[in-house]
Amino acid sequence: MSEVLVLVEHADGDVKKVTFELLTLARSLGEPAAVAIGDVSDDLVASLTAGGADTVYVAAGPEFGQHVVAPKVSALQSALAASSASGVLVPATAEGKEIAARLAVRTGSGLITDAVGVSAGFVAEQSVFGGSTLVQSAVTTGTPIIAVRPNSVAAEANAGAGRRVDLDVTITDADRAAKVTERVAQEKAGRPELTEAAIVVSGGRGVGSPEGFAVVESLADALGAAVGASRAATDAGWYPHQFQVGQTGKTVSPQLYIANGISGAIQHRAGMQTSKTIVAVNKDAEAPIFDLVDFGVVGDLHVVLPQLTDEVTRRKG
Amino acid sequence: MKIVVCVKQVPDSWAEKKLNPADNTLDRDAADAVVNELDEYAIEEALQIQERMGGSDECPVTVLTVGPDKAIESVRKGLQMGANDGVHVVDDALHGSDALATSAVLAAAIDRLAPDLVLMGSESTDARMSVVPAMLAERTGRPQLTFAGKVDIADGVITVQRATDYGYDVVEAALPALVSVVEKINEPRYPSFKGIMAAKKKPVETLTLADLGVEPTAVGLSGAWSSVQEFAARPPRAAGTVVTDEGDGGTKAAEFLAAEKFI
Repeated sequence: MSEVLVLVEHADGDVKKVTFELLTLARSLGEPAAVAIGDVSDDLVASLTAGGADTVYVAAGPEFGQHVVAPKVSALQSALAASSASGVLVPATAEGKEIAARLAVRTGSGLITDAVGVSAGFVAEQSVFGGSTLVQSAVTTGTPIIAVRPNSVAAEANAGAGRRVDLDVTITDADRAAKVTERVAQEKAGRPELTEAAIVVSGGRGVGSPEGFAVVESLADALGAAVGASRAATDAGWYPHQFQVGQTGKTVSPQLYIANGISGAIQHRAGMQTSKTIVAVNKDAEAPIFDLVDFGVVGDLHVVLPQLTDEVTRRKG
Repeated sequence: MKIVVCVKQVPDSWAEKKLNPADNTLDRDAADAVVNELDEYAIEEALQIQERMGGSDECPVTVLTVGPDKAIESVRKGLQMGANDGVHVVDDALHGSDALATSAVLAAAIDRLAPDLVLMGSESTDARMSVVPAMLAERTGRPQLTFAGKVDIADGVITVQRATDYGYDVVEAALPALVSVVEKINEPRYPSFKGIMAAKKKPVETLTLADLGVEPTAVGLSGAWSSVQEFAARPPRAAGTVVTDEGDGGTKAAEFLAAEKFI
């Protein structure tokens, strides 16, 4: 059986959840082989082995993170050359898709992004046009490169052989063209990343003010969820733009999405419609969001959410 | 200094979109066509850089698009906003091109125009792949300054704030370079009446694949490196339960979450 490469996402020494999802998916397509780039510790390799990697290709060194994307493309390309991989899976994050894009150009391979599933023969399922249409696509040239959305499959712990292979990667001057001179962290600490979170709690026009987001954040924290916002809320300046969910913002596909004071215009649906379970709270019983929900409450979110938060805290406590 | 802004004509992002069953491509007649919203931010950024650089003579701005006849409307929009001239790559062979082919055509046009700076939106609201800027950087050998929320240029060095999950990275490179911009980098201007009138006289060059030295077999549906095998409307979600809050809405929602094992 041939190898299936999985580009590892990791930060601060920890493997991101989406990597384990992709290793699980790779197991259904071939022999999972992780490609770990940058600051790679023995613990990280052990964690990838436990997560299902039969082989861990390692391109270690600080320089991979000091330039935009291109050095990582070179690392993934040398993993592809060193293996007999039949396909490459990357997380459909902003950077994952950029790495995949450049790898596709360099290796003359077709690329499919934002897959929500991959079946035998690397047939990718995509959910497009705001989730209204399901598309089955396949790569017809080169090695299939598929960017898969976080939360598309459930990670299964199934330890692999964990054979470590250190790659000898040549970083070219062209790879060094765009230099990262500083990293600035803005995200509020303590909440999971929006695109990776298993649960997302969002607020929209009905939240009413920046202060109004406190009830949304309280529910999110009680559930261990990320906080999102509709475009109406970010355009109004009530919540930072980087948390916008929708057609011009982030696309999320969590296990549970709770929409509060969000009407459910296509602009927003495009960013959340593939969520597994959808709950909405809205004053307007006619809001289109209620067409999507598994459970909805017609009511004032400023009354319903605090009660829900208390109840979640009580049940968890 | 010379700037080229790449724009794409897309179906109105507020409209319902669909695929054409005849060849599994986007049905472009099914919705009104507009300039991709994020590309408007790129046009605005180019015009602001032009103003800082001393105007049209010092820093001309060209709007470039690849697309069918109708796509010239998106070039016109850029000219109305204030860009100086346009380039429209149009060829029957382009229909059905994937991102890789589109990036190859754009790269050929950019190599021909040889600008110091290429600006574009970070994604289109129709395909939403967000890969063409990275592909274009790879193909043209330009430094990739993508997802920029702020752009500064001084002494041939360009510095951007690259949006990340945790905040942003400060990234710098020597010109010539390629930049994709995110929403909210600026407030795109509306074309003035004067701008609309002036745009009618601005030159738009039409180029074919032959002009750019791109083989027709390398683009279009037949040249695509991936293909849509089939598509179907998503089955409608099973109707959920909707309750009206009578003082116990939060509790009922919690009961639902507990039944679904979320708490």
